[in-house]
Amino acid sequence: MTDATTPAPDALAYDLTINGRTHSVPSAWLGESLLYVLRERLGLPGSKNACDQGECGSCSIQLDGQLVCSCCVMAADAVDAEIRTVEGVAPEGELSDVQQAFLDEGAVQCGFCIPGLIVSVHDLLEKDPTADQLTVREAISGNLCRCTGYGRILQAVETVQERRAEGGAA
Amino acid sequence: VSIARPTDLDGALAALAERPDANLLAGGTDLQVEINLGHRRPDAIVALRRVEELRAHDASNGAIELGAGVTYGTIERDLADLVPGLAMASRTVGSPQIRNAGTIGGNLGTSSPAGDCLPWLAALDAEVVLVSAADGERVLPIADFITGPKRNARRDDELIRAVRVPRVAGPQHVAKVGPRNAMVISVASLAIVVDTDHRRVRVGMGSVGPVPVRPTAAEDARQRRARLGLDDDRRRRPARASRPPAPTPPRPSTTTAAPPPTAVTRSGCSPPAASGGAWDDRRHHACP
Repeated sequence: MTDATTPAPDALAYDLTINGRTHSVPSAWLGESLLYVLRERLGLPGSKNACDQGECGSCSIQLDGQLVCSCCVMAADAVDAEIRTVEGVAPEGELSDVQQAFLDEGAVQCGFCIPGLIVSVHDLLEKDPTADQLTVREAISGNLCRCTGYGRILQAVETVQERRAEGGAA
Repeated sequence: VSIARPTDLDGALAALAERPDANLLAGGTDLQVEINLGHRRPDAIVALRRVEELRAHDASNGAIELGAGVTYGTIERDLADLVPGLAMASRTVGSPQIRNAGTIGGNLGTSSPAGDCLPWLAALDAEVVLVSAADGERVLPIADFITGPKRNARRDDELIRAVRVPRVAGPQHVAKVGPRNAMVISVASLAIVVDTDHRRVRVGMGSVGPVPVRPTAAEDARQRRARLGLDDDRRRRPARASRPPAPTPPRPSTTTAAPPPTAVTRSGCSPPAASGGAWDDRRHHACP
């Protein structure tokens, strides 16, 4: 028996810092991935689960500023890290410039891979704002789009770069 | 059920001494996946990502020592001058996301026949530094450390502290063959290090046997030819692997049959820009 406040004997309780906010995980199994905890325990379903083995990139997040697959992170090991998910790339109810460019360029087809791609593109442009197209391709090589809509996705990244260069704030 | 999150080596060893049944967690790209897929159900975890000593590297002596917690991303970005072949190998691992998390110690600890760093480490006769609270350090050559597919000589109370390789002059190259350029498990891979100080070509081959293959007979033959001044002979003689190929697919999704080792050794013997080069090839045929 578990309830929200008393962990079961073999359960763990810990806090995670996600998008600048502290979230309590009152009762979780040791082996749960960060992706599972985000989606199933904390109501943050933006990170998607497709492969659960680090091959598709649809669960991409930043952990202490590093782009990683949240399905490969043990949630209980992420306790003192800064976690940034797709929910944290823009204020509630608004779109980030990357999200806006994806919409403007028609880069979204079925949409499943898009949250992971948005996080990957934010991560890339924070580290290398003027990345050339080869660098962009390599940076998103871990994000699989099975609609194969890569052309428009690459165009969207270019659009973000142009808009930021024209002086628009990130 | 417990998880220890030590911040230094002593803390990690103490935690492991207390729970030798614990699973060691570094980047999570192997262990967490096994848990996600239901292949493993840990009762205790010793998480290593905060352990400062494991993230260090040192090249002040004749040898190069890399802490077990150094990630593929760090090797690829920061250590390419120091260990060029290893940087090439690291760049072929998974995706940027995986390279930011996965570690060289994890590659050794998992001991997969397809481990991307292992051919280069085998070619250089790397030494694996193991440490336990009870017995301190012991050092094993990689050939003695990896005992079979996903099996190695690490005791339950030990952790891999570091891996050591000699400094070598001369060019290095790593090639990897897979169904596509990014995000692939190697079907066959090859590391070649030209050790000019010892006038020897060192070779390591991955995914073509239960453990990384070191074709020493071919290396010896090459060295004899060099001594006898037969280097002008440009005919490529494919190296013959010294063990029968019996690779174990590391993930259920991998079903592609391995080409014979000779195919990779031929391409690996060509100049670096030729196909199969893990470095330039990936720049020129960028994925996805």
